[in-house]
Amino acid sequence: MERIQGKAIFHGIAIGKLSVYGKKRQRVKRQKAACAEHEKERYFTARDQAAAQLREIYKKAVQEVGELNAQIFQVHAMMLEDDDYNESVLNMIATQGVNAEYAVAKTGDNFAEMFAAMEDEYFKARSADIRDISDRVLAALTGAGPAAVMTEPVILAAYDLAPSETIQLDKRLLLAFVTEVGSTNSHTAILARSMNIPALTGIRLSEDWDGKPAAVDGDTGTLYIEPDEAVLETLRRKQKEHEDARALLLELKNKETITGDGRKVHLYANIGSTGDLASVLENDAEGIGLFRTEFLYLEKDHFPTEQEQFQAYKTVVETMAGRKVIFRTLDIGADKQVDYFGLDKEENPAMGYRAIRICLDRTDIFKTQLRAILRASAYGSLAIMFPMIISKQEILEAKRILEQIRLELEQEGLPYRDVEVGIMIETPAAAIISDELAGEVDFFSIGTNDLTQYVLAADRQNPKLDACYDAHHPAVLRLIEQVVQNGHAGGAWVGICGELGADTSLTEWFVQIGVDELSVTPSMVLPVRKVIRDIGRT
Amino acid sequence: MRQFTYVIQDEVGIHARPAGMLVQKAKSFQSSISLECNGKSADAAKLMAVMALGATKGMEVTVTIEGEDETKAAQDLEQFFRENF
Repeated sequence: MERIQGKAIFHGIAIGKLSVYGKKRQRVKRQKAACAEHEKERYFTARDQAAAQLREIYKKAVQEVGELNAQIFQVHAMMLEDDDYNESVLNMIATQGVNAEYAVAKTGDNFAEMFAAMEDEYFKARSADIRDISDRVLAALTGAGPAAVMTEPVILAAYDLAPSETIQLDKRLLLAFVTEVGSTNSHTAILARSMNIPALTGIRLSEDWDGKPAAVDGDTGTLYIEPDEAVLETLRRKQKEHEDARALLLELKNKETITGDGRKVHLYANIGSTGDLASVLENDAEGIGLFRTEFLYLEKDHFPTEQEQFQAYKTVVETMAGRKVIFRTLDIGADKQVDYFGLDKEENPAMGYRAIRICLDRTDIFKTQLRAILRASAYGSLAIMFPMIISKQEILEAKRILEQIRLELEQEGLPYRDVEVGIMIETPAAAIISDELAGEVDFFSIGTNDLTQYVLAADRQNPKLDACYDAHHPAVLRLIEQVVQNGHAGGAWVGICGELGADTSLTEWFVQIGVDELSVTPSMVLPVRKVIRDIGRT
Repeated sequence: MRQFTYVIQDEVGIHARPAGMLVQKAKSFQSSISLECNGKSADAAKLMAVMALGATKGMEVTVTIEGEDETKAAQDLEQFFRENF
């Protein structure tokens, strides 16, 4: 048995086989082939197989991340058809009399090096695409099958997982994630949380783990390779405790979120696209406290039209059937790749030209979105909140534009309802002057992720700063308490929609200081409800 | 023979996805189409070669079209460049 200590990024226990993904770059031997024609045939078969896989991945990706993000897989398929690439492979087989594996590996290396030598960073990065397609053909040639295809439930180990890679995974077969790099705020962490499976990071991988029995303890951050019976027994018991707790939580469905002494808290869920609605309903959230509207912009190659947005927003509002949906207006900036926005590269996008700053500057984009949201209000219960606010002026300006849109709809005879208007409190500026802002809005929603990184001057994407990025820092907690007090004094209700909202070690404190609403990732709705119902019931 | 030049406006240039679209477009014509940019040239029907041009914002691309349907191809391609790059 081998025991490796890493860092837990999501809790839970998993026992199963390890599958090491992405590290399996085959070592290819140069061999003399007896018959060049036979090697060519083998190459064509493998290439077509790889192309067929890519077409499947593309279809899956279109559904999961949208057409725009999926197109890279079509490009990969086209690369396989490229004349120069094919000629190079076939030429090596014919003139050097080598095996197809070697010809593919060598051609892939040559092309990848060509791109790696280019000056522009973007084009340099294309060498990874070349290696990716060549590896896929090699896998088909050796019959290994592409690394990402899982046929049984596995603990997936990888150096890192890009969003595009997770697309290829059959989520039903994932027991746990183990990665070498990646912070508690990484993409993998978010995926683990939303799937409710354990995840570890900071584990140095070894290729010969592939296929070995293993166990993940997401409570302690430990990975066991070939665990012995004593460890397995302990983990099975823990796993059972987790399952029992989960079952108990499922009993809490359709129960009120209310403390033993009768204080009611609105418990909502955060969503990033219409695809998350199923888990919102399954976990019995009482509403949506943060609807990140960026997804429509990220998955298209043009500004989404009013009609496209209206349809998506209407779906969300209708699905929630009268339960509140809080729309956060567009929060896009230089850290998200949306070519058609034509945003300049920035040194420090978190503090850059983003969110309300873009919207108040390019009001055409903002107005289109506000029209779509306001039109969707006719179909349910909806509120609007503006992100990244730092001044009263910005609120007044955003409200003025919203009023203008309301008048337009009125004149055009289009139906809408009155909506609550709120702001995100995620900048220290907004938190500090929240007493002055409260009178201008119906509610505050505290975005603890950004607030923490701005207050502590600690980039939350940087894993080296995980120790500095302490959301329990007294500076953060005091600001939250002040915002709640100031909000209430000015007649605004106050919610929390950042990751901290789901931190059950703080739930009781949130209730004590008078937080009115908590909006959490769907899988955390019931655990938080349990904590709230246990308050004052001893 | 038809020829036109175009200065890339797009931030990242003729990168993977749009390069794929361009190759598909080029293949839909009978004419042979070549691109010159950055001191290199490429057959527009070859994806890797087109990407290897490394055409980024501000660079001038010369497109040369030769063949039966060159008039139509030149028109279509010029529009395609304007819309995508």
